[in-house]
Amino acid sequence: MPEKLVLFKHIKDPNHKTVSGYESHGGYSAWRKALTSYKPEEVIAEVKESGLRGRGGAGFPTGLKWSFVPKDSPKPRYLICNADESEPGTCKDRVLLEDDPHAVIEGMAIAAYAIGAHLAFNYIRGEFDYPISVFEKAVDEAYERGHLGNDIYGSGFDLHMITHTGGGAYICGEETALINSLAGDRGMSSMKPPFPAVEGLYGCPTVVNNVETLAVLPHIINNGAAWHKSMGTEKSPGTKLFSLTGHVNRPGNYELELGTTLRELIYDIGGGIPGNRNIKAIIPGGASCPFMTPDQLDTPLDFESIAEAGSMLGSGGCIVLDDRTDIVWATYKLIKFFKHESCGKCTPCRQGTKWITQLVDGILAGKGNEEDIKKIDDICHNMLGRTICPLGDAAAMPVISVVQKFRDDFLRRIQMQSPLRMEQFAVE
Amino acid sequence: MSDPHTDNPAAESAVKTEPGKNVENGHARYEAIPGHPHIKPPGVPQAQTKILSAESIAEIQRKMVRYPVRKSAVLPALTVAYRQIGYLNDEIYEELAQITEIPKLHIAEAASFYTLFPKKPRGKYLIMVCDNISCALCGADSLIKYLEEKLQIRLGETTPDNLFTLQSAECLAGCSAAPMMQVNHAYYENLTRKKIDELIETWRREG
Ligand SMILES: Cc1cc2nc3c(=O)[nH]c(=O)nc-3n(C[C@H](O)[C@H](O)[C@H](O)COP(=O)(O)O)c2cc1C
Ligand code: SF4
Ligand code: FES
Repeated sequence: MPEKLVLFKHIKDPNHKTVSGYESHGGYSAWRKALTSYKPEEVIAEVKESGLRGRGGAGFPTGLKWSFVPKDSPKPRYLICNADESEPGTCKDRVLLEDDPHAVIEGMAIAAYAIGAHLAFNYIRGEFDYPISVFEKAVDEAYERGHLGNDIYGSGFDLHMITHTGGGAYICGEETALINSLAGDRGMSSMKPPFPAVEGLYGCPTVVNNVETLAVLPHIINNGAAWHKSMGTEKSPGTKLFSLTGHVNRPGNYELELGTTLRELIYDIGGGIPGNRNIKAIIPGGASCPFMTPDQLDTPLDFESIAEAGSMLGSGGCIVLDDRTDIVWATYKLIKFFKHESCGKCTPCRQGTKWITQLVDGILAGKGNEEDIKKIDDICHNMLGRTICPLGDAAAMPVISVVQKFRDDFLRRIQMQSPLRMEQFAVE
Repeated sequence: MSDPHTDNPAAESAVKTEPGKNVENGHARYEAIPGHPHIKPPGVPQAQTKILSAESIAEIQRKMVRYPVRKSAVLPALTVAYRQIGYLNDEIYEELAQITEIPKLHIAEAASFYTLFPKKPRGKYLIMVCDNISCALCGADSLIKYLEEKLQIRLGETTPDNLFTLQSAECLAGCSAAPMMQVNHAYYENLTRKKIDELIETWRREG
């Protein structure tokens, strides 16, 4: 299947990031439509009907999440856009912030209206200097044109928007950590329940949605749920942004219908592997997803099919490893990231990521033995499901898949008993 | 739990604005956030500071008053301070505490959690090379080695002339343009040895 451009339709037009350019492409018509002819519960119903699932990693149905916000709560409600994008292999939200900021604002507005929030935050990772400046400018423009502010379009509905910037911590992408960080505390995760929809920011009902999830909303309001369902698969409708990285001829961010196969993404869209090499492994959805192997290339990229194949669609960050790649080295690269990013609140995650990093490092240094493989596997299984937030699982899952699928590679490295140079791949 | 309606000391009554008129000097106005009628910019800053500039104080005040709960201003305040000074320390936390009326201990504790704020001075150009998986597959480690040789320092060190500090970074969401690095506030992507040579030369020339 070729690319299917909905979110990315105007992405290459530099004028599109200005409010006038965006409006000239029909921008803000969905916000006006939602506000003037839909009740909030009708917006929720439409999004539920559309089958939209969160693009932040978990694939949770968006309309359903919104419906968890208590209707009778006297507290203010908040909408938060999660623009903390930091999962290795994922760089799609940045494109939306930089090249289509008004779609994010419009989507945030529609979501805020649906849940009855009058204040919306965009939590953008602090390293994103340029995206932050583009987004802040877009917010100012949206206020100027009356898309934000008080009594928007004469509807009586008020909505204000704050751009909040992070401090450089992957864990702040996890929604409870994000909420704590936004409240001014250390960005550590909290136990759920209570879920943010009931007790989130400042103890008030809060919905956290991914940038891409929000950017789809204007299209759903404009074109209807049936249109959205006509794309993708039955259980994973719509299009999805995929970040294609690693050993491919044309790395980049691509929009495809869900259900497009891995092979189509890597070979048709991505132009295959440099030097016509073979694929060693694929991480289909960002660094926290289990590895897949080349025999699984015909797996459709949708939430169900990838899960059936033993991995996860995650954030859509597809990382390709060619046959030169030392798998132990790749494992080290992944686990040291999670070790660095563990917030340290729970022991299995804090210690587990540290021990695994040490063991894998030992094998790489030529000092490993066969026992280490079992130790690594044991530690991973002791982390699974035993942590406050899913980062512990995210760290363990790819490692479990690796020691299972590439055990021979580990054994070979152990037998070599010689250190591997870290700079495995040379830069031109 | 603090009550979101009373926590901001700057609490005052709502200012109702005309639709589409919520803009001042090209910037969005936030003083009438519905449900948060207490949000209103405070008057002239009271804080006496030696390190933080008047502009920084004004910027922090401007950001601070937008939040329903004052404590939310911790990260924005740290960001403004770090941008002015290049790093953070105890004296800066003290000044931030004065400006924001948030306890210094809280500010320092939050700051310690986040990696974006260096706690000691760095070289003029803080070079952060992403060495996570997607970049590493495209040669990030060899790029770091190249920079180490070029700058004659090891990862984590600063050149004797205080011009360059070299660090590795965790994924910066530039994975599809790997290898990449962030230098101060800008991204440099699709790096090659040649590009590195040119950049370093420019920065050396500019000093
Ligand atoms: C460790 C960790 C990191 C996460 N990072 C992000 C992130 O950077 N961006 C994001 O949208 N969601 C991230 N998530 C998922 C969020 O917790 C949350 O589920 C998501 O923002 C919900 O949005 P959605 O329903 O639109 O998918 C992360 C989750 C975990 C456990
Ligand atoms: S699983 Fe890891 S990141 Fe999550 S709360 Fe526990 S220690 Fe922190
Ligand atoms: S892995 Fe280097 S920017 Fe993402």
